[in-house]
Amino acid sequence: MTEANRTALLDARAIARAIARMAEEIVRFSGGTDELVLVGIQRRGVDLAERLARQIAGERGGVPQGAVDITLYRDDLQTVGPRPIVGETYIPVDLTGKWVMVVDDVLYTGRTVRAALAELADFGRPARVGLCVLVDRGGRELPIHADVVGETIAVDPGSRIDVLLEERDGRDAVELVQGGP
Amino acid sequence: MTAVLGKDLLGLETLTSEQIGLVLDTAVPFKAVSLRPIKKVPTLRGKTIVNLFYEASTRTRISFEFAEKRLSADTVNVGSKGSSVEKGENLVDTARNLEAMNIDMVVIRHPSSGAAQFLADRIRSNVVNAGDGRHEHPTQGLLDLLTIRDRLGTLEGKRVCIVGDILHSRVARSNVWGLIKMGAEVAVCGPRSLMPRGIEGLGVTVLPRIEEAIEWADVLNILRLQLERMQAGYLPSLGEYARVFGLSEERLARAPRELLILHPGPMNRGVEIDSRVADGPHSVILDQVTNGVAVRMAVLYLLAGGRPELAEAAQAAKRGEAE
Amino acid sequence: MKPVLLTGGHVVDPSQGIDGRADVLVRDGKIVAVGPNIAVSDETEVFAADGFVVAPGFVDVHVHLREPGKEDAETIATGALAAAAGGFTSVCAMPNTDPVTDNQAAVGFILKQAREANAARVYPIGAVTVGQRGERLAEIGKMVAAGAVAVSDDGRPVLSSHLMRTALEYAQTFGVPVADHCEDPALAQGGVMHEGLTSTRLGLRGIPAAAEDIMVARDILLAELTGGHVHLCHMSTRGSVELIRRGKERGVRVTAEATPHHFTLTDEACAGYDTHAKMNPPLREAADVRAILEGLADGTIDAVATDHAPHHYEAKEREFDDAPFGVVGLETALGLGITELVDAGHMSLATLVERMSTRPAQIFHLEAGTLRVGAPADIVVFDAGAEWTVDPTAFRSKSRNTPFVGRKLKGRVVRTMVGGEVIFGT
Repeated sequence: MTEANRTALLDARAIARAIARMAEEIVRFSGGTDELVLVGIQRRGVDLAERLARQIAGERGGVPQGAVDITLYRDDLQTVGPRPIVGETYIPVDLTGKWVMVVDDVLYTGRTVRAALAELADFGRPARVGLCVLVDRGGRELPIHADVVGETIAVDPGSRIDVLLEERDGRDAVELVQGGP
Repeated sequence: MTAVLGKDLLGLETLTSEQIGLVLDTAVPFKAVSLRPIKKVPTLRGKTIVNLFYEASTRTRISFEFAEKRLSADTVNVGSKGSSVEKGENLVDTARNLEAMNIDMVVIRHPSSGAAQFLADRIRSNVVNAGDGRHEHPTQGLLDLLTIRDRLGTLEGKRVCIVGDILHSRVARSNVWGLIKMGAEVAVCGPRSLMPRGIEGLGVTVLPRIEEAIEWADVLNILRLQLERMQAGYLPSLGEYARVFGLSEERLARAPRELLILHPGPMNRGVEIDSRVADGPHSVILDQVTNGVAVRMAVLYLLAGGRPELAEAAQAAKRGEAE
Repeated sequence: MKPVLLTGGHVVDPSQGIDGRADVLVRDGKIVAVGPNIAVSDETEVFAADGFVVAPGFVDVHVHLREPGKEDAETIATGALAAAAGGFTSVCAMPNTDPVTDNQAAVGFILKQAREANAARVYPIGAVTVGQRGERLAEIGKMVAAGAVAVSDDGRPVLSSHLMRTALEYAQTFGVPVADHCEDPALAQGGVMHEGLTSTRLGLRGIPAAAEDIMVARDILLAELTGGHVHLCHMSTRGSVELIRRGKERGVRVTAEATPHHFTLTDEACAGYDTHAKMNPPLREAADVRAILEGLADGTIDAVATDHAPHHYEAKEREFDDAPFGVVGLETALGLGITELVDAGHMSLATLVERMSTRPAQIFHLEAGTLRVGAPADIVVFDAGAEWTVDPTAFRSKSRNTPFVGRKLKGRVVRTMVGGEVIFGT
């Protein structure tokens, strides 16, 4: 088996700049509303939502943050084999009438986001739902688009994008993984 | 790799502590689902689950039904009205019919020990044992474990005594297996005429009197005196049982530490347990009910992924598309 | 029929103390000579028995042939063929048929069917009580005159001690043993396997060993009281073995049998709720199996008897509680005897032949179990070293309910002869 080939795409500084820019765009996108809620998709989407919330708080006060684990809403449950552990889903407020910004690290096929939207629908009826991702790698299988994007990077289907975050992986990096497992 | 449950849940005797831990951990997010405004997730949408109850049971069947419906599965109840049900051929033919109808999962309760395994050996669907004769009632065992773990933080080293008609109790057997695997110290207490031969061989201590059990334990699991399964002659009367083995407030007051009281239900108030104890601060009987739905959701969720042939078929289909 | 000479075999005949290489000459259905290098005329058919054991045909005093009443499981014809395949030249058929064999006509029917089967000899056992209901004695005298060789209510015990006493006294008039199925029904009630750790694990109701011991003790005392001959069926507990030993020491006329499954398997065979391990009396604990082996070795247990109990496969394809008791045994008995008794070092080959042929014939007063000159030429030739694997689909019996599927055994029948005629084998 060939060893995976890792290439750095974004370093810590590039990520920090992207997050700062994304925070601004989110505020603009939400029209300065008081009804903004950030909901991160487990697990690194939650970490990113946390960083974005801190950025945004710097400009206009606290933003409510939630988390969704989409395991129970996946459309491929019968075929994934051994069960992944279901993480926490935590929605701090009733979402009815809110501006929800869903946050994830990588947008690829769009199925994860579809599952998140299905799950959010069970928690109320937001006025608006937007999507914010750190990396959009193309390859959509559903009509999903991101409203706020950190970086757009075209990647062939055989490769993988790994997002590493300090709070979870010890360092900040976005890497391209070619070949290998 | 995460532990898996396999095709069926027939009992706790054959599970590892990793597998038991997996079910308990998985039950936690499912408890949260039951607290949402919309108590449903689409996880088992489109799956057909048959509740095959050959014995009268309200609470277990309802608990399973809630679990199934909250996972968005379609449920069908097949049961015997009253108690005179044809056994024997029925189960073999029933198994074949279910197979022919492509049922995804079967939850079975049956008066014969080994009936769940009998069914599981003959059909491809997942089989969950909801109580077979005197053998096991694994989901009850699991929800008891979860309840104790929630309250005490861990099962390791905790002293749990099961009190009552151990001879006829599948709840007792499942509890014994589950507790021992999770590192608890286990004792059983009850009239000698209702204590199965060789029970010490399972790794439990036998305590002859309830006073000793109260002295020794951190947790008491009080079993229902199973009136319908008792063949005449094991006990002189209910009154005597209540007097000698009943968990009364007075007896409980003499406990040297804060005891946790469990009961699988339904209770014979005033026989094996005093009303005031059942409704009192030490009782976690209602927690057991809540945990029951969550544990059953976890079990169904974990089993539904336990059919490797489905995964293989899906992979093969994907490969076929790519080419 | 031409005379037959079996040459060069290892002849084992405990009734004459023969245990060595010898020839056996058969003429007109009888043994005419046993000895080294028997000379014969050209018209004699010669069978080379080199490398094989030649012994008096085995005698199974406890089989269930199901006819009349349950012909889907076995008939007298198929049972007699299964017996022949197992090396048995005589079997005794228990009367718990439907209708029960409790009168002279029923006894005659069994003999007629056996004659037509033309395989192993079948001797009917009559019921002790009418309908085996345990209420009043059946016509033992008439049944014996018609050909019954013993009486038994097997399937159940003779519950009333008074009735058992009477039967033991009355049967003496006709010189037949009373064979009892020793089980205290109140203790055994509802039980489906041995009561012990395994039954606790499986959540199945158990039959305690005491249920057998109690009736064994009672029967021995009644035999002592009456001077009658009691034969104890399918012994399974160490308590029983000990009681029989003491009874024999006192001179009581008690004989006993044990099945191959009881000297081979323990209650752990019931794991997984395998209904092929469900029989009555049930498989017991290791200490009981050891006691049975010792009892067979020292003669406390006189005979090996299979309690061959055929059941249609559908009957056993049920939950453990609902499946009927019983397993077949005629076609695995020799293999288990060689493997588990002789090769395992518990007894010599001669003793095995004594338990499977000499003694059972003596106990039931049958003209069998011997190669004496003038005796019927009921002979079994077997290869004591032949290895084979149990495959129930190859059974001659109609039924396949055996706990030994796939088991590797040593010891296989080569040829079985009844009255000088080959009824099985080459």
